Amino acid sequence: MTKRDLVEKLAERVKNLSQKDAEMIVNTIFESMTEALAAGDRIEIRGLGSFLVKQRRAREGRNPRSGDKVFVAQKKVPFFKVGKELKERVDK
Amino acid sequence: MTKAEIVEQIYEKVGFSRRESSDIVETMLEIMKESLAEGEKIKISGFGNFVVRAKRERVGRNPHTGQEIKISARKVITFKASQILKTAVNRGHAG
Repeated sequence: MTKRDLVEKLAERVKNLSQKDAEMIVNTIFESMTEALAAGDRIEIRGLGSFLVKQRRAREGRNPRSGDKVFVAQKKVPFFKVGKELKERVDK
Repeated sequence: MTKAEIVEQIYEKVGFSRRESSDIVETMLEIMKESLAEGEKIKISGFGNFVVRAKRERVGRNPHTGQEIKISARKVITFKASQILKTAVNRGHAG
């Protein structure tokens, strides 16, 4: 399912919701989630799960092709932890 | 950020009532959960992909007692953030 499919299904299911408004809402939701994570905020959506940003330390890595040592700077990575309800539903 | 704050964003930015915004958010989440429960992946361009993966049965170990235990086959969800989201998180702002 793509974002487009999600928009279509949402417009089908919510009474009097146009495709255009559904698209604007879906975009607003994921944009505000991106902004929250960019600000280092944690997102908790009950029933779905939580999104958080993890800090990765700087490390010495290797170029897998040449074997050369390379410095990998510290960085932040987005992380999703599945909620209990969804975890159980998927495994059913 | 909670679901209530997401609802508030829709109320402010898109102009639906709080009640409508809440219903729409719940419906969208339900559509996503149904899709994943059916094993279908979700690709949200600009944000990331949610993928259902089948894990085989394996032997694990209780880290406390060292005792071996069988971990049954199961399905799990993984999230892979898009390059846009990864960049936003490192820059400290979106867009």
